[in-house]
Amino acid sequence: MESLGSIITYVVIALAIIVFSILAVTTRKILRAATYLLFALFATAAVYFKLDYEFLGGVQIAVYAGGIVVLVVFAILLTTHPGSNSERLASRSRRLGLLAGLAALAVGAYSLITRCELLASAPAMSNPDMDTIGTALLGSGHNQYLLPFEAVSVLLLACIIGGVVVARKR
Amino acid sequence: MEINALYYLIPSLIMFACGVYGFITRRNMIAMLISLELMLNSVDMNFVVFNRFLFPGQMEGMFFTLFAIAIAAAETALAIAIIVNVYRANNDIDVRDICKMKF
Repeated sequence: MESLGSIITYVVIALAIIVFSILAVTTRKILRAATYLLFALFATAAVYFKLDYEFLGGVQIAVYAGGIVVLVVFAILLTTHPGSNSERLASRSRRLGLLAGLAALAVGAYSLITRCELLASAPAMSNPDMDTIGTALLGSGHNQYLLPFEAVSVLLLACIIGGVVVARKR
Repeated sequence: MEINALYYLIPSLIMFACGVYGFITRRNMIAMLISLELMLNSVDMNFVVFNRFLFPGQMEGMFFTLFAIAIAAAETALAIAIIVNVYRANNDIDVRDICKMKF
C-alpha cells in the first residue's frame, strides 16, 4: 500500500508528462514547444527520482534539461522569427499523424495489457550509491561498463569535431 | 492503490505516441527534432521502469539510459549544426523546401 503523498506525487508527475508532451507537439509557436519539452523532461527526471535512481535524475536534469534544451532554444532563435506561428496543418497530414500516433498507442497498450506480470508493485530497493555506480562505470569486469564509457567519450569527441566542421562558416 | 509498473509505462507510451504524431505532422526541422527527443525520452523512461520493477538491485537499465542520454546529446548537437547549416544555405528550415540534393 502506497502512502497518500506518494500517490499524489505520482498523479502530478503523470499528468505533467501527458499534458506537456501533448502540448509540445500541438502548439504552433516553436519556442513554446521547446518550453513544454523542457517541462516534460523535468517530469521525467522526477520519475527517476521517485523510482530511487537519484544519480540518473541528476544526469537527466543536467544533460537533457540543461544542455539539450538550451541548444534547441539557441537554434530556434537563430533560425526562426520569435513569435511567428507555424502555418496551420493540412487536414490530410494531421489525419496521417493521428493515425500513426494512435497505431503506436494501440500496439503499445495491447502489449502492456497482455503482460500481467507487470502488475506487481515495486519491490524494495535501496538507491544505488555513488560508490557502486562509479565502480560499475569504470570497471572492466562482469556487469561493468568501462568499454561503453570510453566509446561514448570518443563519440562525443567525434561529435564536437563534426559539429564544428559542419556549422563553420566557409 | 498500488502503483505498479503499468502506471509509469502508460504516460511513457502516451509520450511516445505524441512524438510519433509530431514527427509526422511537423514541417519545421527543429520541431521534428523536439518530437524525436520526446520519443527517445519515453524509451529511456521505459528502461528505467523495467529495471526498477522487474530487476531491482541490478543496474543494467540505468546504465543503458545513462549512455542513451549521452548519445542523445551528441545526436542533438550534430542535428542542430546541420540545421544551422541548412538555414544558412536555404534561409528556411522547412523540410518541404529542402530538395536540392534529390535526384
